[in-house]
Amino acid sequence: MLGSAKPSPVPEPARADMESLLLKSVSKQEETYLDQFRQGQKELAGWGHPWLDQVRREAMARFSGLGFPTTHREEWKYTNVAPLARIPFRPAGFVLNGLTQEKLSRFLLSDPGSSCLVFVNGHWCPGFSSLEELPQGVYAGSLADILENNPTRVEEHLARYAAFQEHAFVALNTAFLNDGAFIEISPGLVLDKPIHLLFISTVSDTATVTHPRNLILAGPSTQATIFESYVSLEDGVYMTNAVTEVVVGENAVITHCKLQEESRQAFHIATLQVQQARNSTFASHSISLGGGLVRNEINAVLGGEGIHCELNGLYAVNGSQHVDNHTLVDHAQPHCTSHELYKGILDDKASGVFNGSIVVRQDAQKTDAIQRNKNLLLSKDALINTKPQLDILADDVRCTHGATVGQVDQEAVFYLRSRGIDEEAARRVLIHGFAREIIERIKVEALVTLLEERLSAHLSTYHKTRERV
Amino acid sequence: MLEIKNLHARADNKDILRGIDLKVNAGEVHAIMGPNGSGKSTLAQVLAGRDVYKVTAGEITYQGRNLFELSPEERAHQGIFMAFQYPVEIPGVSNVYFLRAALNSIRRARGLAELDAMDFMAVAREKAKAFGLDESLLTRSVNQGFSGGEKKRNEVFQMAVLEPTLAILDETDSGLDIDALKIVADGVNALRSPDRAIILVTHYQRLLNYIIPDYVHILINGKIVKVGKKDLALELEQRGYAWVGEAVASA
Repeated sequence: MLGSAKPSPVPEPARADMESLLLKSVSKQEETYLDQFRQGQKELAGWGHPWLDQVRREAMARFSGLGFPTTHREEWKYTNVAPLARIPFRPAGFVLNGLTQEKLSRFLLSDPGSSCLVFVNGHWCPGFSSLEELPQGVYAGSLADILENNPTRVEEHLARYAAFQEHAFVALNTAFLNDGAFIEISPGLVLDKPIHLLFISTVSDTATVTHPRNLILAGPSTQATIFESYVSLEDGVYMTNAVTEVVVGENAVITHCKLQEESRQAFHIATLQVQQARNSTFASHSISLGGGLVRNEINAVLGGEGIHCELNGLYAVNGSQHVDNHTLVDHAQPHCTSHELYKGILDDKASGVFNGSIVVRQDAQKTDAIQRNKNLLLSKDALINTKPQLDILADDVRCTHGATVGQVDQEAVFYLRSRGIDEEAARRVLIHGFAREIIERIKVEALVTLLEERLSAHLSTYHKTRERV
Repeated sequence: MLEIKNLHARADNKDILRGIDLKVNAGEVHAIMGPNGSGKSTLAQVLAGRDVYKVTAGEITYQGRNLFELSPEERAHQGIFMAFQYPVEIPGVSNVYFLRAALNSIRRARGLAELDAMDFMAVAREKAKAFGLDESLLTRSVNQGFSGGEKKRNEVFQMAVLEPTLAILDETDSGLDIDALKIVADGVNALRSPDRAIILVTHYQRLLNYIIPDYVHILINGKIVKVGKKDLALELEQRGYAWVGEAVASA
C-alpha cells in the first residue's frame, strides 16, 4: 500500500466550475444536495486527489444541471420520483442502532466458507465482515480505504463506465462517492465461493440517504460470483442510491446477483454498469422484493467478440410498492449472445415497469439476442408497463423479444386441486413456481437457499383470501 | 360406490351431457367409449369437479354423499383421482414437491401423519421404477418438457402414489406406443381391487386388450346409448361408431 497522498490543490478550472455552479439558481430540491456537497466534500474519502475531486465536482455540476427527472422524460415516464425529490434526506452516519452479529445472521449466506463485506448505512463495517476465507490473489475491502490510501489503484476504472452526464442519480452518487466495496480478482483466479456485499440500513428517525459505490474488477479468465444485498433492520424512510461498476476481463465468467429487500417505505435507486471484454460471460440475477419506490438499471456493454450476457430478473411486489427495471444490452461487437428473462408478480395496488433495450450496432453481425418479460397480475388494481426497445443497425442478426401479462392459470389451479391441494395452496404453489424459474437459474446453492427462503417469506405476506381477478 | 342419475351438463352455452345414468360398484372396471365430441371427457371432468362445466340437472352420489357438495380437493381427499387427458405443465414446481404436497394434503384430510421428504422419496422412487418413469423426471418441473408418453405415464405414476378409491382415466391411452400402453395397463391392473373402482374413458378398443373391463358403455351425443360386456368394445372396433348410431336411431 502507498502512504496517504497529500491533498493537492484543486485545479483552477474545477474551482471556477464550482463557483459558477454555486451562483446558478437551482431548485430547492437539488439545493439540499448542493449544500451537503459544499459542506461535506472535504470529508469524502480521498479528498484532494485532483482526478477524484474533479470527477465529483463534474458530477455535482451535472446533477444540478439535470435536476431530478420528471415523468416528461421518456426514461422516467412511468416512475415518478417527485416524492423522493421532496424529502430533504440527510447523509446517513455510521449508527449501529442495536445491530449485532446475531441480528445480521439472517441476511447472510449459510455457506461457512463464503466471504462477506458488511456496510452499515453505506459505511464499511470491518467488525461484522468476514474475509478470512478469501484466497490469495483477490482483494476485497472498502472503497473508502482505497481512496484514502491508494487511489491510483482505482483511478483507471472508477467512474469510467457508469456515465453520469445524462443520469441525475448516477451523477448524485458520483458526486458523493465515498464508500462501498472494491473487489479486484487477479487473472486466472477461480473463486468457488461467492463474495457477499451486504448493505444494511439501521433506520434512525430522520430520513437519510446513502450513496453506495462498488467497483468490481475481474481479471482475464477469472471466475467468481458476487452477491449484493440491500436490507434494513427496521422499517423506515430512507434512500439508497447505489452504483456498481463491474469490469469483466477477457474470457472471465462472472455472476452478479442482487437481492433488494429494503424497507417498504424506502427509496432504492441503483445502477449496475457492466463492461465486458472478449469471450467473457456475465450473468446478472436481480431479485426485487422490498422497497416502496424502486428503480433498478442494468447496462451491459458487450465490447468484444464472443461475449455472452445473461440478465435474469424477478420482481414481486404488493401493497403500494412500485418497482421499475430498466435494462440496456449494448451489442457493440459481432458474435455475441444476450439472453434476458424478467418475471414479475404484482398484487394489490402495486405497479411495475419493465423497459428492456437491446442495441445492436452496425458492426455487431451474428448477434443473437433474446428478451422476455412475463408478468403475473394477482389483483385487478395491479399494474405493469412493459416496453421492449430494439434498436438494430446490423443486418445479419437474430433478435427476439416478447412480453406477457396474465393471471394465475385456472387450469393449473384445477390440476393441483384435483390432486388434493386446496385452492389457496394451489395458487401459492403456482405463484412460487413462477418465481422459482428465475431463482433456479442461479448455480450457487447457498444463494439459492437464501433467496428461496426470502422469497417464501415475502410471498407469504400476499393476500390470502379475497376476490381474485 | 358411484351413482350418476340423469346428469346434464353444459359449457359455453352448449349442452354436452344430456342425461347420463351410470352405476359403478366397488371392484368394477367400466369403460366409456365414444366418438370425439360425445362428452366423454366432460363426464370425467365433471366427476373431478372442473367448474367450467355447469351441471344443469341430475345428481351424482359417491359413497353415499352428494358429490356436488365437494370441492375438487375434497373429492381427492375422498379418494377420487382423474388422470388428465392433457396433463398441465407447471414451471418451477418439481414433480416430487408437487406430489408430496398432494399426498400430504390427502393424508392430513384423513387424519394421517404426513410423510417427510426422505420417506416420500423412497415411495416415489419405487413407484417411478415400476412405471418405467425415468428418475430424472421426478426432480424436473411438473410435465414441463415431458414427451406425450412421459406425461401420460406421469399421470399413472401419480395415481399409483395416491392410491385412489375411484380412478378415472381420461384417454390416458391416446397417443401411446404399445410399450407405454402396456405400462399404463399394468399400473391400472395393479390398482384393481375389490374395494376400488376404475372408469376408463377411451376412444380406442386397444387398451381393453390389456385391461379387461366389466362393462362397456357407449356414449354418443351426451347420452349412454349402449351398455355391454367387453365384447361390445370388439364389435364397436369392427363396425364403427356409426353402427351404434344407426342401431340407436332405428330402435
